[in-house]
Amino acid sequence: MDISTHNPDTDDTPPPIAPPAADAEQKRAARGATRPGDRIFLALSRGSGIFLLVIMAAIAVFLTYRAYLAISEDDANFLTTFEWNTSLVPPKFGIAVLAFGTVVSSIIAMVIAVPIAVAIALFITHYAPRRMSGPVAYVIDLLAAVPSIVYGLWGALVLVPHMDGLFGWLNHYLGWTGVFSWDDGAPRSMLTVGILLAVMILPVITNVSREVFRQVPQMHEEAALALGATRWEVIRMSVLPFGRSGVISASMLGLGRALGETMAVATVLSPDFDIHASLLNPGGGTFAQNIASKFNEATEFGRDALIASGLVLFVITLLVNGAARMIIARRSEYSGANA
Amino acid sequence: MSHAAAVADKSPSTLKGASLPRWSSWAIAAGALVLAIAIGLAGGLDSKVQWGLIAGILFILATFGIAAKVEGRRQAKDRVATSLVWVAFLLAVVPLVSLLWTTIQRGVKVLDVYFLTHSMGVVADSEAGGGIYHAILGSLEQVGLATAIGAPVGILTAIYLVEYGRGNLAKAVTFFVDVMTGIPSIVAGLFILSLMLMLDMQPFGFAGSLALAILMMPVVVRSTEEMLKLVPNELREASLALGVPKWRTILKVVVPTSIGGIITGVMLAIARIAGETAPVLLLVFGNPFINANPFEGAQASLPLYIYQQYSQSAGSTAAYDRAWAASLTLIAFVMILNMVARGIARWKAPKTGR
Repeated sequence: MDISTHNPDTDDTPPPIAPPAADAEQKRAARGATRPGDRIFLALSRGSGIFLLVIMAAIAVFLTYRAYLAISEDDANFLTTFEWNTSLVPPKFGIAVLAFGTVVSSIIAMVIAVPIAVAIALFITHYAPRRMSGPVAYVIDLLAAVPSIVYGLWGALVLVPHMDGLFGWLNHYLGWTGVFSWDDGAPRSMLTVGILLAVMILPVITNVSREVFRQVPQMHEEAALALGATRWEVIRMSVLPFGRSGVISASMLGLGRALGETMAVATVLSPDFDIHASLLNPGGGTFAQNIASKFNEATEFGRDALIASGLVLFVITLLVNGAARMIIARRSEYSGANA
Repeated sequence: MSHAAAVADKSPSTLKGASLPRWSSWAIAAGALVLAIAIGLAGGLDSKVQWGLIAGILFILATFGIAAKVEGRRQAKDRVATSLVWVAFLLAVVPLVSLLWTTIQRGVKVLDVYFLTHSMGVVADSEAGGGIYHAILGSLEQVGLATAIGAPVGILTAIYLVEYGRGNLAKAVTFFVDVMTGIPSIVAGLFILSLMLMLDMQPFGFAGSLALAILMMPVVVRSTEEMLKLVPNELREASLALGVPKWRTILKVVVPTSIGGIITGVMLAIARIAGETAPVLLLVFGNPFINANPFEGAQASLPLYIYQQYSQSAGSTAAYDRAWAASLTLIAFVMILNMVARGIARWKAPKTGR
């Protein structure tokens, strides 16, 4: 009895691990932080790294706090309400429409952009004449740098008027599905937004996919060619399997871009607070667009409500980007190119 | 004689199967185009886009059919894949060319010295006249301040990750830098906005700079990291072996070796944040008058100017012209920055020792 109560006590006492002073000295020397200059420089650079982490944490904390202020006053369900009236007493607002619009426009953009971007990446790495592939890659690089507001202006003033033909055609042949029915309104709708977003994320997806396709081990391709494979079979058997995870993560980076895009959506879409079955009729909204268009008239409480919707967007993009990075990281560990 | 006969019936004894002549794809393309125009005229389709679509579909079908007949299914699939890749490329080029062409064509209309040196102070949005001087000034100040904060923090973080970074802190920083790259610009704006709401502040230029600096840091970290990794270890070891402290080794050997790439990365990051509208919209607010003080009062900025000319002018042509001209200025600024950055990268590429 006495022994059994005594035993845990002795187990808890830490083993005597006081390290010899010389050992600690050696360790510090190995880290190169003994001289004052070294210590200051290490502190500065490590401090910057920690500063970045602090910013990320601060973003999460402050957005959550302001969002909490807003949501606790919300008289309606924040997740399911089809309304955004922050000036009512009591206020009613919810993100259902915004979440729907954000997801739908991004999905349209992905469906259009991913196949084309992969094809362009293949074009640059495997199909284009050698003299052409360099300039094409350069131009795609530059296009990734075009500011989103310019895409927005182009979308609103050039793309929108050109959508009439396509919308009429879709309505004529596919209108019966309901998804593609069109009431001849201005084509400032989710489909137009999706197409514009596709144009915008195309360079991003192309650039990352191109890098991955470049890394395909030459041996894999030569082996396939030696077996008599055609160029398409080489791509299907060696390039695409090797690049699959890279393409997935490239697409998710593009998706992150599309989810958070503000100005292009704000200029093109004519929003309302309802979910429409048709992609061709104007209406709907996205998180970022709603923030940009409601901000100017918002009171302080209205701004808090917008911050709450921004927090949801932040979490979604965090998940998407984190997943993309995880896939890339896993890939670089196992890829043959790094061996 | 027997050899010639074998070639004639394409028997498998020859090494090379039958193949279409080189000019065949051009011939098929021409045929498809002629047929499409014929169908379009006969069917009364007046949209040239539809003609093009019909031609494209005909071309792919005909390529597959003819190639399958002469060369076999595998070759036919290969040819179809080739043409699909080309079609995708051409399809993507159309909007991009249209974007650049429209911006240049409509931007040069009002873009002149007067436009660059005057503000919108006495001009209503719907009237002609006015300029972007105040917006350029605001943009330069905001982006300059953002760079002054973002670039040093980014470069130091990259140095930490490459030269010192071991263990969990470095892993966490790497991961969150990656995640931070994907933060939507409007969320960075909302973060600073929530700070401003708490401190009860009115919009001013420097608030925008803070949000832009947040957007800039991860980009700088990533590119600087890549550049520092290219510096061969032999250089570091040689310097350390001479008894040079590590911090001097970094400042005098590692950084100078990769300075070209670091500058390139910073310039590309500047090009990226110079076009950001959303955080500026929330934090700087816009101002038709010239305000040279970024620490007090609302300022203008080039991307915000474009948005406001578009959205607040109720469709006036004069405002649209100004928006296009400002877009052209912004694109020119970003593109020149990009090209200079890439030029520096090529000129000062680190010698990798191989």
